Amino acid sequence: MRVLHYWRAMTGIVGREVLRFLHQRERFISALVRPLVWLFVFAAGFRAALGIAISPPYETYILYEVYITPGLLGMILLFNGMQSSLSMVYDREMGSMRMLMVCPLPRWFLLCSKLIAGTAVGVLQSYAFLGIAWLYDIQAPLMGYVWVLPALVLVGMMLGALGLLLSSFIKQLENFAGVMNFVIFPLFFMSTALYPLWKIKESSQILYTLAQYNPFSQAVELIRFALYEQFNSQALIFTGAAFLLFMGAAIVGYNPSKGMMVKKGGG
Amino acid sequence: MTDIALAVENLSFAYGAKKALDKIGFTVQSGECTILLGPNGAGKSTLFSLITRLYDSRQGRIELCGYDLKRQSLKALAKLGVVFQQTTLDPDLSVSQNLRYHAALHGISRKAADKRIQEELERLDMFERRGEKVRLLNGGHKRRVEIARALLHKPKLLLLDEPTVGLDMPSRQAIVEHVHALVKQQDLAVLWATHLIDEIAADDSLIVLHKGQIKAKGKLTDVLQATNCADAGQVFQKLTQNPEEQKYPAGHKGSQV
Repeated sequence: MRVLHYWRAMTGIVGREVLRFLHQRERFISALVRPLVWLFVFAAGFRAALGIAISPPYETYILYEVYITPGLLGMILLFNGMQSSLSMVYDREMGSMRMLMVCPLPRWFLLCSKLIAGTAVGVLQSYAFLGIAWLYDIQAPLMGYVWVLPALVLVGMMLGALGLLLSSFIKQLENFAGVMNFVIFPLFFMSTALYPLWKIKESSQILYTLAQYNPFSQAVELIRFALYEQFNSQALIFTGAAFLLFMGAAIVGYNPSKGMMVKKGGG
Repeated sequence: MTDIALAVENLSFAYGAKKALDKIGFTVQSGECTILLGPNGAGKSTLFSLITRLYDSRQGRIELCGYDLKRQSLKALAKLGVVFQQTTLDPDLSVSQNLRYHAALHGISRKAADKRIQEELERLDMFERRGEKVRLLNGGHKRRVEIARALLHKPKLLLLDEPTVGLDMPSRQAIVEHVHALVKQQDLAVLWATHLIDEIAADDSLIVLHKGQIKAKGKLTDVLQATNCADAGQVFQKLTQNPEEQKYPAGHKGSQV
């Protein structure tokens, strides 16, 4: 009976997110336009400037567009994770978060359900992007499209958990724009999404170290290897650990007695 | 099962150094509508945040239908229905979709949820509008939907946090009458926070909260007698404007705390 309650609640939360998503088709389109501009404009422009040497998982010389495709998948999931938490800040300001928190289920479960709902949307967006990239002749092995699914789910959950953690600290929507700039840009640019690690090392040792330990780098590498039917255990462990860390902290953040909620709100 | 739906004991809460609630205690019985009266900043919202577990109380205790809110929070919350001060409906979804979402959160099956939704919406003359988007409803109708939603899982205690703010007179009147009818018909316990005196019915209980302290509590008639006031408006004026000067004769059921 209890399990049934959990199941119904989770399908309710995911269903609501999907319904909202269907009502906001422009959100889907804008989420696709961003990486496509990078792919069609940025990558095409840099194709000549950045030669990519052979490095795993690639077995041959590749075009720059091929190199940044996993990074752009990471970008989709990163923006989606942040957008989901943006919607949670909105939900909290509008009060619907309170309604969720008052239902008789543990908070960790409610937050996980929210996370799964957000990740489902991000994975759909990622596959839509991969479909367009395929037409643009960026084609991975067929089985790669299957192997990449669990990688996309884990990365989506990790970045969503980071967003969730941030949303527990943010009181108002206005503050969120600043955090987006302070989180999204450093995560994205200090990672292997746009350039391989060895290339970063050539120019700066500090950047190299930062990029190496940036969880977003590991997430992108996990996707990159999976898309080419390879398993990167280091990236998996790192991404999984980052997920557990962010999720644990987010649950504490939303805990009524320990977290940030106590420090907010009026009398 | 006890007929005390809500018991608050020795509850305190502070935002940093600022005390929002100072050792308050009261009970709300089944079949009783208790009006929580207090000016802005009295601590009403803090109290509601504690009862709904948005915040946790470090000092004092809250029990819902005999369940300790801290230790048995899930059982306690299952007994609770809430209408928040701000509308918490999703404007882009229909009335039914909003209500089904709430039912799912409470583990109610789709079939049972649809039956309950029909029952509650019909009671509020809103069933015909179940397919409409919430965005298209006026303020009074949104509130009706929120009351229907709060009752879907058949709670024992209904919390209403200034639900009539911003509504016109007929809408306010309709909600006041509906809630009082529910108390009588369904043996529901209601805790209703407001600063609008005309929402209080003659047989309601009253709690006057001011600066985090309870200034008076009891049946309205008893509080009137204890404070030598003619109506709730006078009580409110007297207790929230010159609290230090007011002392009451002993032996009354309604009392100053």
